[in-house]
Formats: sequence, C-alpha cells, structure tokens
Amino acid sequence: MGVLWFLVLAIACSIPLSYVFRAAMAQVLPHDMAIAARDMPLTAAFGILVIAVYIFIATFAPLLAPYAERTVVGTSFQPWDSTHLLGTDRLGRDMLSRLIYGARNTVGIAFATTALAFVVGSLLGIWAALRGGWLDQGLSRFVDALMAIPSLIFSLLLLTIFGTSVLTLILVIAAVDATRVYRIARSVAQGVVVMDYIEAARLRGEGNWYLIRREILPNALAPLVAEFGLRFCFVFLTISSLSFLGLGIQPPMADWGSMVRDNATLITFGDVTPLLPAGAIALLTVAVNFVVDWQLYRASGLKEQG
Amino acid sequence: MNAVLVMIAQRLALGVLTLFVVSVVIFGATELLPGDLASALLGQAATPETLAALRTQLGLNDPAPVRYWNWATGVLQGDFGVSLATRRPIADMLSARLGNTIFLALYAAAIAVPLSLVLGVLAALWRNSLFDRVANAGALSAISFPEFFVAYILIFLLSQSGFFPSLVRLTPDMELSDKLYVTFLPALTLTLVVTAHMMRMTRAAIINLLASPYIEMARLKGLSPLRIVLRHALPNALAPIINVIAINLAYLITGVVVVEVVFVYPGLGQLMVDSVAKRDIAVVQAIALIFASAYVLLNLTADVLSTLTNPRLMRRK
Amino acid sequence: MKNSSNRHGLTRRGLLKGATALGAAGLILPASYRDARAEPKKGGTFRIGLGHGNSTDSYDPGLWDNLYAQVFAAARHNQLIEVDSDGQLIGEIAESWESDDGKTWVFHIRQGVTFHSGKDVTVEDVIASLNHHRGDDATSAIKQFFDPVTEIRADGQSVVVTLDAPNGDFPYLMSDYHLAIMPGSDGKIDPTSSDGCGPYIVESYEPGVQATLNRNPDYWKSHRGHFDRVEILAILDSAARLNALMTGQVDLIDQIDPATIGMLESRGVANILSIPGNAHYVFPMDSRAAPFSDNNVRLALKYAIDRQQMVDTILGGHGAVSNDNPIGPANRYFYADMEPKEFDPDRARFYLREAGMDSLSVDLHVADAAFSGAVDAGALFAETAAQAGININLVREPNDGYWDNVWMQKPFVASYWGGRAVEDHMFTTGYAAGASWNDSFWEHERFNELLVKARSEFNEDLRREMYQEMQRIVSFEGSVIIPMNNNYVMGTAKNVATPEQISANWNLDGFRCVERWWFA
Repeated sequence: MGVLWFLVLAIACSIPLSYVFRAAMAQVLPHDMAIAARDMPLTAAFGILVIAVYIFIATFAPLLAPYAERTVVGTSFQPWDSTHLLGTDRLGRDMLSRLIYGARNTVGIAFATTALAFVVGSLLGIWAALRGGWLDQGLSRFVDALMAIPSLIFSLLLLTIFGTSVLTLILVIAAVDATRVYRIARSVAQGVVVMDYIEAARLRGEGNWYLIRREILPNALAPLVAEFGLRFCFVFLTISSLSFLGLGIQPPMADWGSMVRDNATLITFGDVTPLLPAGAIALLTVAVNFVVDWQLYRASGLKEQG
Repeated sequence: MNAVLVMIAQRLALGVLTLFVVSVVIFGATELLPGDLASALLGQAATPETLAALRTQLGLNDPAPVRYWNWATGVLQGDFGVSLATRRPIADMLSARLGNTIFLALYAAAIAVPLSLVLGVLAALWRNSLFDRVANAGALSAISFPEFFVAYILIFLLSQSGFFPSLVRLTPDMELSDKLYVTFLPALTLTLVVTAHMMRMTRAAIINLLASPYIEMARLKGLSPLRIVLRHALPNALAPIINVIAINLAYLITGVVVVEVVFVYPGLGQLMVDSVAKRDIAVVQAIALIFASAYVLLNLTADVLSTLTNPRLMRRK
Repeated sequence: MKNSSNRHGLTRRGLLKGATALGAAGLILPASYRDARAEPKKGGTFRIGLGHGNSTDSYDPGLWDNLYAQVFAAARHNQLIEVDSDGQLIGEIAESWESDDGKTWVFHIRQGVTFHSGKDVTVEDVIASLNHHRGDDATSAIKQFFDPVTEIRADGQSVVVTLDAPNGDFPYLMSDYHLAIMPGSDGKIDPTSSDGCGPYIVESYEPGVQATLNRNPDYWKSHRGHFDRVEILAILDSAARLNALMTGQVDLIDQIDPATIGMLESRGVANILSIPGNAHYVFPMDSRAAPFSDNNVRLALKYAIDRQQMVDTILGGHGAVSNDNPIGPANRYFYADMEPKEFDPDRARFYLREAGMDSLSVDLHVADAAFSGAVDAGALFAETAAQAGININLVREPNDGYWDNVWMQKPFVASYWGGRAVEDHMFTTGYAAGASWNDSFWEHERFNELLVKARSEFNEDLRREMYQEMQRIVSFEGSVIIPMNNNYVMGTAKNVATPEQISANWNLDGFRCVERWWFA
C-alpha cells in the first residue's frame, strides 16, 4: 500500500513541477524553441525534466553520491536511516550511492549501445534501400536470419564467445539491436527512394552519401526516433535479463539492470528494495517515450491539442 | 488472389534460405563457444583421459564441416537425430515442450491481443486525455520492469495469497480448465510484457492517419469520433498493427526463457539455454530451426494479411 | 584381521575404526523439529524443489554432477557402502568388508536384495557397476579412483578388489555417490536404465523438469524409505524455490539465498536446517605463475581477506571461518588450534615487502558457477585487499564454460569443494602433486611425503600429527585461499521430520533425505 501512496504523491508533485519547468523553458530558450516549449504538453515537459535530472545526476555522480560506488560501508541490507538514506545492499554498500553511480553507468551504456545500433542499422538499411539489387537482397536475407534467432539467446551465445567486458556487451547488444533498426530504416527508406525528388537529386549527380544525409534521413527520422525511445530502454532490460542468465555487467560496477536482479528475491517478502532500480528504469522509460510521443505527434501534423 | 499465392511461394522459398542461414550461424556460434559437449558433461570432473574417451564415444572428433553435413543431411530426411547428452531422440524431447511453448504463447496472446487493441483504440480515440496518459504510462512502466521481476511481483501479489500456483506443474491428462488455471500467472506476466508494444503501435498507427484528408472529410461530415476511428482509420491502420502483433507472437514463442525459468515451465527456451550450456549442438540446432520457422511463418502470415486488408497493395502487385 | 562389526568397516588395530563421529558438526535442531520427533511414520508424497538439474542430465552414473542427479540417484539406487549420519561407514549392498594388508579388499555382498525389475543383486552386477567407472574407455568422473585398482574379481559371494599400494581408506572411496549398483549383463551395466535396488522406483522422469518415484515395496531396508511417493522438481531460480516452499507446493528446498534466510524464518511457514560440514569455498592461485609463485605474495593475499565478513555477508552467517584449511571441523584430524589468520592489512603489506613489492595488482576471475555468491565474494575481497595496497581487479566470467576456460586455466579464480569424509581423499584429489584437481598446481615436497606415509601409518596419534602438519603446510605455504566453510542450508515444510542427526557429509543428509526423512 505504501508504494501506491508514494506513487500518488509523486504524480501529484510532478504535475506542478512540470508546469513550472515548461514555463521556465519558454522563458529561457531562444525564440523558436521557446514557442515549441510553450506549446508542448505537460507530459513532454515532464519527460524533458526527468531526462535533464538524470543527465545531471549521471554527470555529477561523484559529487552527489554520499559514498563511493564500490566501498563496503555497512552490513548487508541495513534499513533506511539518516546515514544510509536508502539502506545498504547485499554486500553492505550504500544503496543511494549505487543508484546514483548506476545512473551514470546505465544511461551511458544504454546510450552508447543504442546510438551505435542506430548508426549502423539505419545507415545500412538506407543504403540497402538506395542501392537495391543483390546488395539489398543479400543484406536483408542475412538480417532476416539473424532476427529469426531469439535475441536473448543470440546475445548469450555471442557474449559467451567474446567475453563480458563492457565493450563487448555494448557491441553485442548493439549488433542485435541493429538488425531491428535496419529493418525499419530499410522499409521507411524504400518508401522515400521512389519519390521524385530523389530521382531529381540523382539526376543532379548527387552521391549516395548526400542522398542519405540530406534527402532520406530527414524524411525517415520520425519512425526512427520512435524506435530509438523504446530500444534505449530495452537495453536496461536486456542487461537485466542477461544477468538473470549469469552474464551482464562487470562487478563491482553499479547498473540498474543488475541491481534489480541482485535484489529481486527480496520482493518475495514484500521488501521494496528492488523497486528502486526498477523504478529508476521505469521512470526514464516513461520520460523518454513521453518526449518521443510528443515529437511523433508534431511530425504527424495533427494540429489538435489535448 | 494469384498475386498473393505467388508472394507466399516466394516467401516460403526465402524462408527456407533463412532457415539454412540460421542453421549455419547457430552451428558456427556453438562451434566457437569454448569447450564442447564432452567437457560440459564432465564439468569440473573432466580429466584429459575421460575427455578423450567421451569425445570418441560421442563422435566429436570429426571435423566441424563433416558434423554439420551429417546433421544437415539427417534433417533433410526428417531425422533430427539423437541428443548426444541424453541419448534420447530429439523429436521426442521436443514435441511435448513445443506443445507447451505454443500453448503458453497462444494463451498469452489470447489475453494480450484483444486487450492491447481495445486499449490502443481507446487511447487513440481519447488521445491526450487522462486515460491516454495513464494507459500509456502504465504500459511503459510494465515493459520497463524486467520480465522476471514482473513475475516475482505477480507471485508476491497473487500466489502468496493463494489465488494461483507459482509453479506450473503440467500432467499429460490435465483438463483444459486446470491447465488454464495453473498457467495463468506466466500468461499474465507475458501479457504485461507484450501489451505495451502492441497498444502503442495501435494508437500510433491510428493517430498517424487522423491527419489524412479523408479522415478530415469524415470528421466534417459530422461522424462520431468512435465511428471515424473504427470504420475509417482502423482498417487502414491494420497493416502496421498486424505486423507488430506478428512480432510479438514470435516473441511469445521464442523469447520467453526467463519466464519459463521463474515458473518452472517446461518450454523450448529453457531447453535451448540448457543445451547451449552443454554444447548439445543437435538439440540447439533443432530448437533454433523451430524458432526460426515460427518467426518466418508469422511474418509471412502478417504480410499476407496486411496485403489482403489493403486493396491498393493487392492491385499494385 | 576380519572386522567383527560391519558397522565399523576396517578395524585394524583401532586405527581405521570407521570414522569418529562428526562431533563438531552436531546439529541443534529447532524446537519444532524436536516436538515432531517420534518414530518415523510411513506415507505421504514428498516434494523436493532443487536448484539444480539440467535437461541434459542422464541416467549414466559416471556423469552425475549435480545435486538433482545425486538425490534422484539416492532415491532409486543403493551403493556398496553408505556413510551414515555420524560419518561412519555402514554396509549397504556390501554386508561387510575386510582387508589383511590394505591392498586386497574383500567386499561380502548382501544376499536377498532385488532390483526393481525383480532380479537378484549378484556379485556380477556389483562388478559390472564398478567396472563402468574403470578402464581405458570409461568416461566416468571418478575414473581416477580406480587408477590404483589392478583387479576386480568375484570370489563366491564376495567381490575382491586389489590395489597397487595399501590404502586404509579405500572403503570410503566405495561410498562415493557415483558408485550406484545397477543390474549388469555381459559385464556391463546399461547406463540408460533407471533400474536399481534403492527405496523408490522411477515412475516418470523428464530431465531438467521433474521425476516421480513410488515406494519400492520390496526394499530390503524396512526401517528406511518412509514416503509413499517422491517428486523431485528442478527449480533453478532461487526466488521460485522460496515461493514454492512458502506456498506449500514443495516440502523441501535447497540453496536458500543467504539474504533471505532471516526473512523466511520470521515468516514462520518453514523450518530452516543449517548443517555445518566440510564443504568450503576457495580461491586457488596458480603456484607456478608469477606473482603467486612467491609464498609471500600468497600470504599477503591470505591476510588481506576478511574471513568473518565473508561468512556474515556471503553466507548470511550460515558457515564458519576457515583458516585456508580444506580439512573441515567434521573431519577426524581437523586441526582446530591452528593459529588463525585475522584480516590484517599491515601484515599483508609486510609480506608484500618481503616479496620485494610496494603494491600488487592481480586479476581475480569469478563466476557464480564457482559457488553461489562468488562474484559478491570477489567484490568483498577486492575491497578489503585495497586497504592493504593490493589491487584486485575483478573479472566476471560467464557461468557457461567456467570449468573449461577459467578454472585451472586462469591464474587466480574461485572454486568450491564439497569436502571429503577422510583427509587422505581430500588431499589426494586436491593437493597432491600432479593430482588432476590440484587447481593451484602446487607441489610441496614435505607435504607429498607425509601424504604417502600417513596412508600406512597405524598409530592414531602419529597419524593425527602427520595430518595436522599437512594442514599447517597447506594453510601457510599452500596456494589456495580458503576463507570459509559453508553450511548446507535447506528449508523444509513444518511437517517434515528428520532423524536427530543429519549427515554433514554432502548436502540434504548425504543426498539421502528421501530415504531417511518422513512426515510427522
């Protein structure tokens, strides 16, 4: 029950906060963006606010965290009190500090992974659509085959082969995600490449790179952004599921996905500890997708506002 | 209609190609995995002599291409072979588990698909309303919890209070109603996991169309919003919705190993992870082929259905 | 020198008179257990949820390697010799055994025992069962036990085993869980058959999922095997196991997550059994590789670990500090008074300086496959070592393939031992020069000399002295850090009753909970 009350309270506080934040942005930002900011729905303002707070926490983690990321400062599972605001974890490390450092590691890894997946996936996808023919067929069939392998099991295979450093983790998850991005990018780009203005640009003698950059990408951006929002959040879940299967991030580094896994058993006894990292992921997911929804809405050209 | 048949034939041919590529990729990957079946079976107890003896016994000393060839020719003749670890025929091992996997996937889909369609349509209808926001945020929160964690929470809420069992124990002669009862929690977990994606796509696909001139027209004619959404927007938005449903169905069949572990549900995912760990390549390959076929067939069905729902696509092809 | 009492195995000049009782491991049972204690009652379906079991498990006794296989085997099979709950050898299929010189061992086979199929257990069956683990093409995990065996032959109703050198502890090896007695034909057992002469008959088995067994009505031990039916489930996820016990879907679980033991206890829905034994968690260092080749470095690391903190945090208090000693309190010659190693950063620095170093940086490779909590234990170790100027860089390896690619491959890793009932067995498998499980690749002249001498030393006091010197050598000059002895922690439903004494030799009452326990 306590959790529910906490949720209600949090939502009640976030509405005026978002409102103030939107008003502040409308004041501070340069003219064009200020108009956009003024017109955006409260949910989007809330999303941007949350993302800003996360970025702030991630950037200044060492200054904000009361204790170090890995130092054992107490006994296991101390309750919440004034020295350890959110108690301690299994090894007696400060939970709040781990959460704060977790923001840095988790968001950093998720962003790197998703960005890599999108650069590779969308460039290849658009390129395949643009070139067509054998290249398109070959790439697409190969990607189809990779997608037909369950992603978690495929990641498991790759990580077992290549080891589980942070770098391989990023590369492997990005590779798996890139196949999904490729498909979307290719199908969107296929719609665009048949347009007259692409033909015109080709006749002008523009190169592939120019076409991708200047003509196709801007027109394919909306669905890609929507996908980005979800993929970004799924990275946490993948890491969490991988740590369920015994892989995942190198300890003693803190990341939310593994923190959920490490403390998950406690929920069996109604202990809220694992809800903290899970809640941190959920909040970010909701925030990112609120902003994405807003952008999609703007892109769809639908004028009415709710 | 002919065009559709040609497309199905083409896609099936491509599907076979996909299966081939999958089998090569999986075989290659399991070959690259450190260790082999012999060392995995003996584990910590392995000594060079026992390893050598077991390798000979299991036929692991042939070069990789030979083993792949033997396996592939067997499969082409409809023989998946024998699990090297347990020496049981793979077809026997898989059939019961395949049934379980499909049962759970259908069960979850039977809840999740109608639910997400209704929620998605309502969210599009009342877009930006409180309902929309709450449904959206709720769905997003549900998918941002890892699956095993959703499962733990459901067990805490619904199983510890005695409503539903936390372990799924299936017996062959179980009544359907009992089966539905004992598998309710895993099905509910999976529903929570897949609903958000389908619901959001339904909503987005409909909203995407609402700016189109013909919807504008309908609106000007004074049709009710519900009618506009159901009669005019939804039919045209079906293609992306069907696609996302297909992807999620494929996920329900192929991607649920974590839920299987938590509820001790004897499905294919758990068997595949076990077999990967033990390097029982023939079993891994067989399951990978089943998963890949499910994926190919579902995508094909989705494409056929979306072509059928869209007369323009029919005529163009 | 025939043994008069088959309870005590070889009684040579009182030397190898069974094993002394595992006094130190005496278990104090919770009050509810004592109340429930009465004469064993028959009946009920005993449902066990184990955190082990693979879909690749098989009936082949040479390949049993996890608790699921072990308990399942104990439910359907008997062995030649059983280790009873006091740690003493008692006859099972071997009614008694004897040896004149420690080289030739005669096992008298019990008559009138039948397999589930109805066939009588014969000398030939026993020989076939033993030979399954022996010979060039054997694939058994315990093939090495039979390396010193030169001959196994029948002699009337007895089996005669000849060794190439005396070994007074040989009957202990014959109590190993792999050595199930199965029906043989043409000198071979069928490794795909479930037929045995144990307390329960297999009704169905789905590897990695579940097994159901029914009571063997013809079981020769009338005072054992109390349940009508046994169901063994593989529940790999620890939260799922807890939930299954708490919601009454199983009656017994193993491996309770230490973090949750206290909470489970306070719920009052289950009993916790915490059995101290010889099992221990280890960090072996490759003694051939720098910097571990220098004993000063090894000592520095041994003083840089906080053992009590490990026991409290990793085991939730359900265990005991170990002084780098593979011999546990449940062993006969356990050296309890050895000078303990407290966490002492200054001393660690001192040994570093002795090794000519100011600081040290090493990689520690861990995975939870090594033992549950190994990754956390590594993280704790790294923290305390940092205070002594030692940088331990923790490398988490995949569970998958850990025993192939990491253990005995990387120089500094985590591992575990189930412990052994006799000192010689433990030292011979893990610490003797060239032993296949000598995971620190350690060779110590004096140690190896003592090891051989002790096998044929007949004076109890001298033997104790030898084994204690060996423990001291391993502790202070060995290359394995052994921070803790882990208890076997299990949870049972309130109505499960156990004998007064629960075996400290292996988990779940020596795997034999199925035949020793009952419903109150």
